[in-house]
Amino acid sequence: MAVKGKKKNLRLNSVSPGAEAVIYVILGLFALCCIIPFVFVIIISFSAESSIRSIGYSFIPQAWSTDAFRYAFRKLPQIWRSYFNSIFITVVGTALSTFMCALYAYVLYRPDFKFRGFFNFFSFFTMIFGGGLVPTYIVCKQVLGLNENYAALIVPLLVNPFNIIIMRTFFKSSVPLELIEAATIDGSGEYNTLFRVVAPIAKPGVATIALLNALVFWNDWYLSLLYIQRNKVLQPLQALLMELQNNVEYLSRMSGQMGAAAINEAAKMPTQSLRMVLVVLIVVPIACAYPFFQRYIVAGLSVGSVKG
Amino acid sequence: MSRRLPETNPSARPNRYRFSKYKKPLVLLTMAAPTAIWLLLLRYLPMGGIVLAFKDYKVNPRNPSFISNLINSKWVGLNNFKFLFMTDDAKIMFRNTLAYNIVFIILGIVIPVAFAIMLNEVTKKFVAKAYQTMMFFPYFLSWVVVSYFLNAFIDGQYGMITAMQRAAGGDVTNWYTTMGPWPYIIVFANLWKNVGYTTVLYLSAITGIDSTQYEAAAIDGASKWQQIWYVTIPNLRTMICILFIMNVGKIFNADFGLFYSVPMNSGALYPVTQVIDTYVYRAFMVTGDIAKSSAAGLLQNVLGFICILTANGIVKKIDADSSMF
Repeated sequence: MAVKGKKKNLRLNSVSPGAEAVIYVILGLFALCCIIPFVFVIIISFSAESSIRSIGYSFIPQAWSTDAFRYAFRKLPQIWRSYFNSIFITVVGTALSTFMCALYAYVLYRPDFKFRGFFNFFSFFTMIFGGGLVPTYIVCKQVLGLNENYAALIVPLLVNPFNIIIMRTFFKSSVPLELIEAATIDGSGEYNTLFRVVAPIAKPGVATIALLNALVFWNDWYLSLLYIQRNKVLQPLQALLMELQNNVEYLSRMSGQMGAAAINEAAKMPTQSLRMVLVVLIVVPIACAYPFFQRYIVAGLSVGSVKG
Repeated sequence: MSRRLPETNPSARPNRYRFSKYKKPLVLLTMAAPTAIWLLLLRYLPMGGIVLAFKDYKVNPRNPSFISNLINSKWVGLNNFKFLFMTDDAKIMFRNTLAYNIVFIILGIVIPVAFAIMLNEVTKKFVAKAYQTMMFFPYFLSWVVVSYFLNAFIDGQYGMITAMQRAAGGDVTNWYTTMGPWPYIIVFANLWKNVGYTTVLYLSAITGIDSTQYEAAAIDGASKWQQIWYVTIPNLRTMICILFIMNVGKIFNADFGLFYSVPMNSGALYPVTQVIDTYVYRAFMVTGDIAKSSAAGLLQNVLGFICILTANGIVKKIDADSSMF
């Protein structure tokens, strides 16, 4: 009887079945709307070029084909190169930025550090004020030499003050200060304490920051737009895709041909599905890893947004 | 061995003591150094470049170094700003930036809060999880990818909607040159990409609410609407406030990718897609107009700075705990 009463109470406190059905429909429609374009792009990338030419992009193409994928990997070496660039930038950038962020946040977390207030303000202030695009660009290009090289695609994104705040909150909530004191009394040096004692405990926080950083590097095309003007082989996939927006011939120039040969080549090329092949190549790694890292990202975002 | 050393040699003790006293902050300083140097070079050094906005910057072909050019170029006071506001560009980009951001802020609070409350009412946990995963997905994509997603539907030649219009024998809309629908497309694209993320944030706040509060309300006879209004919303207030301040502080900043890449940089759409960020980029990188570009950039930064301080101040007055700093 008591159990039944409790159950009834629970039922009372949830919405009516009718209202719940409405909720299912509204949220379901939006959720579908969020992934349908991705499914659509996959379908287009497997559509035969002839089908696209006759009925346009369609969920049900007249004919399927893997020509675009084969063409992309056989005839367009720049795609391999760009894929490599994307991976290289993401790996190096993520490692460096996560390392720097963890070190800085650790220092801000230490209450016994003398200049804590200063360094805290030093990073925070850049969140609310900056020099703007023009001075930043000129400093990067002319003073720091971030120009037509890999460094230009990595260095400007290395520090994000918001991540420092998230990381510091992680340290605060997961690493007890007594632990550091104990380690220090036992004669452990600062770096030793950080890497051997603190890091293992703060691993989930570091993982979150690493994931956020990896996404930023993987998704970036803006830096390439700014700093890679001539040495286009360094373009990551995203930048290649950006370039293709207004310049479909870019693909045929990529295949190394010039002039009439390029036009000839362009005619044979499954241009329309090729563009979508690039999109698929970019999104698939994210889509595959996404279910696994979603948890960490949610944890990190909720920690970071609670309070700086 | 070394620990016993001070006892056998008492005079060494104070020395060692003093050394370690300075050693600790020094070691910690080396940890802060990489990020601090980065901030100094890539954030603080460019702040000096703000003077550009008050100069008539000319490149001397014989000495192309930036610093000497900067020093040798003439001070022109507020002329750059005057020139900027003599054109229509300024009016258009400030109007667009503010209008879009106001819409984004309002819808960006209302819709995710509503979705989060709705998701929380879904009794089948598996469904709720699936919805959440699907809604969160677009947040991880870049704007370039989003622009191709959109292009698949509205491409001038092969887009699905365009093809359907053609098949129906009607007029074919050339989406990338027709301004009318773009304000809606931009707002929709922004919501599409960001609603899931904010919903997840609010949802995690809602699941953190002590369930006894709801039970007490239910026993007192509160309806579902009353529970939402008197329990859920007050519990979300801090988070709403924080996200609100952060967004108001960024009201002069637009998402470059959304306004540049989603309309595929189409010149015909500038009147409805030009925002401060895209103007600064185009004026500087495309037209090479350093004066106007840096003037617009500085204006954007100063106004944003004032905005964030004001918003924070107001929130501090209402609810000190919710303020950012």
